[in-house]
Amino acid sequence: MNAQNYIKLEFPARSVNEGFARAAVAAFASQLDPTLGELGDIKTAVSEAVTNAVVHAYPDKIGTVQLRLRILPDAVLEIVVKDHGVGIADVTQARAPLYTTGGEERSGMGFTIMESFMDKLRVKSVPGRGTTVTMSRRIRRRG
Amino acid sequence: MQTLKQYADGCLTVRLRGELDHSAAAEAMRAIEEAAEEYLPRQCVLDLSGLSFMDSSGIAVILKADRLLRQSGASLSLSQPPEQVRRVLEIAGLSQMVPIQARKEKECEPI
Repeated sequence: MNAQNYIKLEFPARSVNEGFARAAVAAFASQLDPTLGELGDIKTAVSEAVTNAVVHAYPDKIGTVQLRLRILPDAVLEIVVKDHGVGIADVTQARAPLYTTGGEERSGMGFTIMESFMDKLRVKSVPGRGTTVTMSRRIRRRG
Repeated sequence: MQTLKQYADGCLTVRLRGELDHSAAAEAMRAIEEAAEEYLPRQCVLDLSGLSFMDSSGIAVILKADRLLRQSGASLSLSQPPEQVRRVLEIAGLSQMVPIQARKEKECEPI
């Protein structure tokens, strides 16, 4: 699908970059004139995907996280968060509400929030090779 | 992330300010734990009105704080979540587990 605009970012999988990723997505999405509610939903979903990469993808090193944003026809914002980490053995299990391998520091609600706040969510993962989370949300035109 | 605490008559209020994400969660939890240990409250209010953002890392903080306070016989409630925070609390089903005050209460008044 032809993108009307796009950006690609790459940063180390460090927790301090979660806020940067949210701010970058909010700035890029602003050209679609989202409501504050839409922007809040998008920032929350991005935060969950990036945090998953930071917390789970690289247990023994600081790897990289790629963030790709595209504006597609009909005011659809597509967000791709990709890592080259350990991957997820069972994506279906990982997407179940309250499932986490992160102990009591994690709530296991990350994928549930991404699913609830975005129109579409796709998770592709290969153990040992990494995980790609693709999500999209159509921004409603305001009359 | 900034935390402010106030204690009076058995009630501890902890006000969280800023963005509560994974990078800030440990600091927020430490502040709540230290305040709960210092004051041994009967009731604790987490005032969320100063949060500009919260994701599921905040849910984990709230659930852990709730467990901690229950263990010492205290109760936890949440106060004045902004809209984005309220959405996250709702999706996580937290309103069924921890009371949420939409407005400032007279008793145990947040800072």
